[in-house]
Amino acid sequence: MDTLEATAPAPDAPASGAGAVAPGSKRRSWWRRVAPGAAIVPFLLYAALGIGIPTLGVLYFAFRANSGGWTTANVSAVVHGIYLIGFENSIKLALLTSIIPGIFGVFVAYAIHTSRSQWLRRMTATASGVLANFGGVNLTFMFVATLGSTGVLTLWLAAVHVNLTSLGFHLYTFSGVAVVYMYFQVPLMVLVITPALVGLRPSWREAAENMGASSWRYWRHVGVPVLMPSVLGGMLLLFGSAFAAYATAQSLTTGIIALSPIQIGNFINGNVFSNDQNIGYAIAFGMLVILAAVMILYNYVQKRASRWLH
Amino acid sequence: MAPLDAPSAGLDLLAEEMAPVPSFSTGRPRRRVRWWRGVVLVVTGAFFLIPIYAGLRFSFQGVNGHYSLSTLQQLPKAQGFTAALWLSTKLAIATVLVAVALMVPTTVYVHLRLPRLRRLMDFITVLPIVIPPIVLIAGVLAVAPLWLKATPYLLSLMYVILAMPFIYRSLDAGLLAIDLKTLSEASRSLGGRWYSTLARVILPNIRPALISAAVLTLAMVFGEYTMASLDLWTTVPVWIVQFNGAANGHIQIAAAMAGLVVTWVVLTVIVSLDRSQRRRARG
Repeated sequence: MDTLEATAPAPDAPASGAGAVAPGSKRRSWWRRVAPGAAIVPFLLYAALGIGIPTLGVLYFAFRANSGGWTTANVSAVVHGIYLIGFENSIKLALLTSIIPGIFGVFVAYAIHTSRSQWLRRMTATASGVLANFGGVNLTFMFVATLGSTGVLTLWLAAVHVNLTSLGFHLYTFSGVAVVYMYFQVPLMVLVITPALVGLRPSWREAAENMGASSWRYWRHVGVPVLMPSVLGGMLLLFGSAFAAYATAQSLTTGIIALSPIQIGNFINGNVFSNDQNIGYAIAFGMLVILAAVMILYNYVQKRASRWLH
Repeated sequence: MAPLDAPSAGLDLLAEEMAPVPSFSTGRPRRRVRWWRGVVLVVTGAFFLIPIYAGLRFSFQGVNGHYSLSTLQQLPKAQGFTAALWLSTKLAIATVLVAVALMVPTTVYVHLRLPRLRRLMDFITVLPIVIPPIVLIAGVLAVAPLWLKATPYLLSLMYVILAMPFIYRSLDAGLLAIDLKTLSEASRSLGGRWYSTLARVILPNIRPALISAAVLTLAMVFGEYTMASLDLWTTVPVWIVQFNGAANGHIQIAAAMAGLVVTWVVLTVIVSLDRSQRRRARG
């Protein structure tokens, strides 16, 4: 900060400050150093109150007994029984809805990227931006109209004697949640991976072809290795997005499915009869640990990705 | 149209997409049309269009199967809908006001005077993406004082947090695209004070970024379910889930589709306006 204020006086320093200060005054020079930073104090304070304190609150209550005092009983409770199943289901769901839409999203993005139709490219960019962000309740009800018991697609399939229920698909359970998540996960992957595809230089392919490489060999030795970190990074984002999702799963299954976010919600709602109400915070703590690990991995693959692509 | 429902990992990407940054030119590979592209596009198109078709069909079709506007006309009369819409509207306005008042001066100031703190801003504004809304609201309800929990505007205060990632990305991209230093120095050398420089010189120059940030925030608030339902306030998404009317869920589907279609149309218009503006700017 000192270097900055050497070149320009702070515009928000009080009238008595900046220009009029005697250079030797200790108190004033302290103020001059800190004043430029003072302008972002409201933001820092807001973030501390809105993000920091609630997160610390979760950590605090995760290790507090209902009767007071510190305990690790909550945390050990959530790695057993129904809460462990909740984590397992959440991780399974997140893996399923990050790997499949991840791979599919790459193909969609590549199909559109190499398309000559400007219109198609622009429309997909807009559509994926919009679709990736709006899951939740509205999406749930759109899928009720599609795959519910009297849904449009259900009836179409019934007309050709395909019964989704007998195939093991139920909209209001795990399989339904997975299908609905794809609706925002695929566009999210398209958004994330398109810059990497843009960075895949045509000259690399031409160089490979000049040296006699087949399309397969180009992808095997150049394309896939260069794209891989970005694809993995995208899948990690998708994993985080699915792992943390609450609204879609809750509104679709009315909370009967054992997923960690829904279990936390049940504790907040007071729907759980338990000796220790703080177990909900221990589940939240567990989610934070898993997401922190995902973010560390993400940072690592991002570094690898930026080696070739900018 | 909840905030990505999950951490709004994509909203900031959308914010960047919508912000007025000059797009880089691409060396686009010219490839032969391949059979698989057709397959991928048809499957994708079907997956994304059939649910929209189904939702619209339910919205315009009564229980008796005839097409009419009757379902949509019943919506405003449905028990509790207007109250929910009014609550959502108040929360949305409050959220945008607080978010703009907090984020705009801070982001501009950091760009102008404290560029070294941009990394800190990046870090703080990515936290709401990493920490799930369900965890945040659990913490908030555990620690917030009672008087704050008694008002719905606690939700607005938290929505500002949820909106931080994409508001910051949008403003950041918008500010990088203009010559902020020259503009503000010109304004100041003409005698403009800090406030008038911000309001009359900088803000008009980042207006597209500001508008897209505000619209994304509005859309997020109108779709947010996780925090609203757990804080026990009946906003529009909470109403849609709770409403238990006749008509086989047609009314809820109509409400959901109305929300989706309005959001899509507004966002699409803004993205395309932005693009055409950018093209004009490039000449």
